[in-house]
Amino acid sequence: MDNEANNLISIRDLKVHFPLAGSSWFGSSPSIVKAVDGVSLDIRAGETLGLVGESGCGKSTLGRAILRLIEPTSGQVLFRDHDLASLSNRAMREQRRHLQIIFQDPYASLNPRMTVGQIVSEPIETFRLARGDAKRRRVQELLEMVGLSARFLKRYPHEFSGGQRQRIGIARALAVDPDFIVADEPISALDVSIQAQIMNLLDRLRREKNLTYLFISHDLRAVHHVSARVAVLYLGKIVELAEAKSIYAQPLMPYTKALISAVPVPDPKVEAKRRRVVLEGDVPSPINPPRGCRFHTRCPYAIGDCSDVEPALVQIKPNHFAACIRISPDQPDIERVAPGDAPGLRARSVASIA
Amino acid sequence: MNTNGNLLEVKDLRTYFETEDGVVKAVDGVSFEVRQGETLGIVGESGSGKSVANLSLMRLIAEPPGKIVSGSITFRGRDILKLSPREVRAIRGKQIAMIFQDPMTSLNPFMRISKQLMEVTRLHLGHSKGEAREHAIRMLEVVGIPDAEARIDSYPHEFSGGMRQRVIIAMALSCQPELLIADEPTTALDVTIQAQILELIKRLKGETGASVILVTHDLGVVAGMTDHIIVMYAGKVFERAPTSELFGQPGNPYTRGLLRSVPDPAAEQGNLYQIPGQPPDLARLPGACPFAPRCERAEEICRREFPPFVQLTSEHSSLCHFADEVFAESQEAA
Repeated sequence: MDNEANNLISIRDLKVHFPLAGSSWFGSSPSIVKAVDGVSLDIRAGETLGLVGESGCGKSTLGRAILRLIEPTSGQVLFRDHDLASLSNRAMREQRRHLQIIFQDPYASLNPRMTVGQIVSEPIETFRLARGDAKRRRVQELLEMVGLSARFLKRYPHEFSGGQRQRIGIARALAVDPDFIVADEPISALDVSIQAQIMNLLDRLRREKNLTYLFISHDLRAVHHVSARVAVLYLGKIVELAEAKSIYAQPLMPYTKALISAVPVPDPKVEAKRRRVVLEGDVPSPINPPRGCRFHTRCPYAIGDCSDVEPALVQIKPNHFAACIRISPDQPDIERVAPGDAPGLRARSVASIA
Repeated sequence: MNTNGNLLEVKDLRTYFETEDGVVKAVDGVSFEVRQGETLGIVGESGSGKSVANLSLMRLIAEPPGKIVSGSITFRGRDILKLSPREVRAIRGKQIAMIFQDPMTSLNPFMRISKQLMEVTRLHLGHSKGEAREHAIRMLEVVGIPDAEARIDSYPHEFSGGMRQRVIIAMALSCQPELLIADEPTTALDVTIQAQILELIKRLKGETGASVILVTHDLGVVAGMTDHIIVMYAGKVFERAPTSELFGQPGNPYTRGLLRSVPDPAAEQGNLYQIPGQPPDLARLPGACPFAPRCERAEEICRREFPPFVQLTSEHSSLCHFADEVFAESQEAA
């Protein structure tokens, strides 16, 4: 997809399919949920890649499949010289040191019976990184790094607020000195004033420790703020990928346009003037996703071809990819494309994609 | 009905809870009014008291551990706090209706949608079974549920989150209430569904002329929906203003901090403004300004004395020792 050599993670045609339990009992073919269905994506070293989409679009599944917390059905996840998707469990365990995750719910992701000191030292012990005094010093250093006082060491999670718990979760992820962190909705459960604190903390740590993030969120304002590039996921497929600035200022694919226009702006003057693209209906079920373009059932620009042809993720503008047959590099603005025309179908053979 | 056009007047409301840690003053001297046909936004973070204030309006505070200690809630000239439980029940759901955050837990999972909707109008409007069913179908159509007649006998789990919230709205509006309280109605929903539900509330409000109290933590949501806003922190009203004025010229450091900590897509990336520290422990509130430990503007007096509620313009007040100064700074910045 891009030829730069500084990719830390390269995902190739990754699929995660879940068979639905009990569905094959009466001889009918089993239903399959295609949570992630052919995702290719490069994550560059040192960047924050934002991953957005509505609930059920597969963004958390994708994040977990990269780390093998969910087994991928097929495809590759290239990290350094390994394909994580095909490593043995034993070999994968060694790689986990470099790959960590921060969870959404700071209340559910910390063991309530362990002290903060035990929670943060557990990964250090697992990977035998330090013992005794060195371990104690390391845990203190980690707590200070995330803005918590070392006098909290003996306290339990319930004694902390949501924002502080999220800091503990971040300290635990950093304990093994990872290269890559999946941040799965890390601010969604937090108050507005605390969200800013955690976003700033994550960004500072990224710069200081040269970390790479996959930042998963449904909050486009937050994703836009922290990410260098943003990928938009819809029903298990990436439908748009671009730099954060351009995807917000000039979204190309109709779904991204609708998603961005749905975000309320904290300014009454802007809100009074703006015209919203309000999408009809809900996200369709991923069990039997719509044929062709998966978004065609809700798309205000859909034409007949959209329900037949599955659009590929194509470079429409420099470093700006979109999956929509109704636009092409020559005609990137869907508003100006002639009614019923699908320039993307003609341009298909020209554009090269991963 | 009041002579000054207020449908609802809340004066010096105090709702306290007895806990193991001591008395939690969840709502502590809150006053506001809702005019006929207007939308009032109540903004605050968790623990600010915004939900408890609204539960108090409906007399839905569990007692014990909670207790409405003092104040008055005047709705159409009658003090709700002085009514008998029976009189409150007659108002609740009929003249004042409420929508909650979680559309799954506010519907009974074992009861068909039809039965839950019909219950309301049979109780409050004395509908017969047939009338109630017809009315329920019409309400589902009003809130945009396709194929309402066929789907009315579904169970809640057969509906998506957005559809369930539509059912709740249909239920809340089925007796044409004069006041609709929507407590974080879109927080559990996706952003595209949130836009649908907000548009729906706006449209129905226009059609029915109902007044709305919209409770939320999202400043974006109140910006486009409300006429007036109150900002709550630690059980107190910190600022009260017409919506355009609150956003254009905030007079309280907390409001200003909240506004600045929302990422602005038009601005450059980089460090986001952050309010330092944690929300206060409501069982251990200081006698001084509860926001002082987190406030960039705080001086010695803020840590010593409780601030005054300073009137800045005819409709704009702020709880702050330096309200005038903050207000003037906001004007310069704008």
